[in-house]
Amino acid sequence: MSDDTREIEALIDMMARLPGLGPRSARRAVLHLIKKRGQLMRPLAQTMANVAETARECLNCGNIGNGDVCGICTSEKRGNGQLCVVEDVADLWAMERGQAFAGRYHVLGGTLSALDAIGPDELRIPKLRDRVAAEGITEVILALNATVDGQTTAHYIASELEHAGVTVTSLAQGVPIGGELDYLDDGTISAALRARKSL
Amino acid sequence: MEWRADGVLLSVRRHGESAAIIEVFTADHGRYAGVVRGGASRRMAPLLQPGAQLDATWRARLADHMGAFTVDLKHGRAAEVMDNRVALAGLSAVCAALAFCLPEREAHPALYARSIAVLDGLGADAWGAAYLAWELALLEEMGFGLDLGRCAVTGVTQDLTYVSPRTGRAVSTAAAGEWRDKLLPLPPVLRGVGLADPHEVATGLRVTGHFLTQHLAPAMGDRPFPAARQRLVDLLARA
Repeated sequence: MSDDTREIEALIDMMARLPGLGPRSARRAVLHLIKKRGQLMRPLAQTMANVAETARECLNCGNIGNGDVCGICTSEKRGNGQLCVVEDVADLWAMERGQAFAGRYHVLGGTLSALDAIGPDELRIPKLRDRVAAEGITEVILALNATVDGQTTAHYIASELEHAGVTVTSLAQGVPIGGELDYLDDGTISAALRARKSL
Repeated sequence: MEWRADGVLLSVRRHGESAAIIEVFTADHGRYAGVVRGGASRRMAPLLQPGAQLDATWRARLADHMGAFTVDLKHGRAAEVMDNRVALAGLSAVCAALAFCLPEREAHPALYARSIAVLDGLGADAWGAAYLAWELALLEEMGFGLDLGRCAVTGVTQDLTYVSPRTGRAVSTAAAGEWRDKLLPLPPVLRGVGLADPHEVATGLRVTGHFLTQHLAPAMGDRPFPAARQRLVDLLARA
């Protein structure tokens, strides 16, 4: 690496660490940024610096926002008694993209994992219990991944909230929109069959 | 190097963007790890759930390389037990214990057969007793087997009601004497006799739990035994 390209190479190395990017795509992205220095690179750098300064985890739900408490938690419209429990902030954002849920969220920060020795104390389950009691929650919706760890966590939370006086529900499992039965795995088909409904 | 065998998927760990590192337990090869290219993809991730029965082919250039797996799903057990909290906890406990205890690349065909049987019975009546018998087999296979056939003190084969927490040998009521408070209870179900009622199974799991956590786990590098077992024991006690 020559001295005159050292900083560019350092930027490429940093970009290549981002998810979805490898060294080649990072190099292309950096080249594009350099070519669009005024329109893209400087505003991007400024925006990243701002976000690095202001982004923080919501003290209440674990979402990421710009304040101590996120907009969803402070919105009175979202206080309808429903609380959707998700594994990660990415899941919360996915739920919000769909605009199908009008309640509040609780981000666990992971799932119980035998492999990684993650127990209930490593997750935000105690905070969930506190919120259910303090926020007048009537229904807890467990929107956790349909994996062994995700469903083990769902069952654990359901048993923890057994005497909390709330309805505990979970997302349905089955055929995705646009899915063809021929391409589905056996487990999904049997789950869909168990969750069949009358028309 | 290449082999092909049926095996149980014990664990899956994401590797990079799209691959996964899996551990598979087979009868002839024991616990083997390898990379599955595309294992984290949308198509493969639902198939690679712990407890799945796989037709696995392992390949590597040299025997001591980690190697790569290509797998076909034969039977996915996780989806069948997702709605049953005890069965799901059982699946997690069995897979976690095997991943924790088994040495890599060492065949344990008898334990493999017992493990398949206990996994195939998930959700059945009296599964707790089958799981207890499996834990005894696991201890035996790992070199910490309990000797419950005769009294360690007098040699009698009747009225065996205690287990020595140090040696794992049975002790009769008469021989227990003033040490009885320091001994573990020996429920008949642990010797394969009597009714496997939930209380007996819970007492048996207390005994096997002692030897798993106090004897076997320290020998595995002093790591704590996977918490999935305790979650299962708690659920069985409440069931």
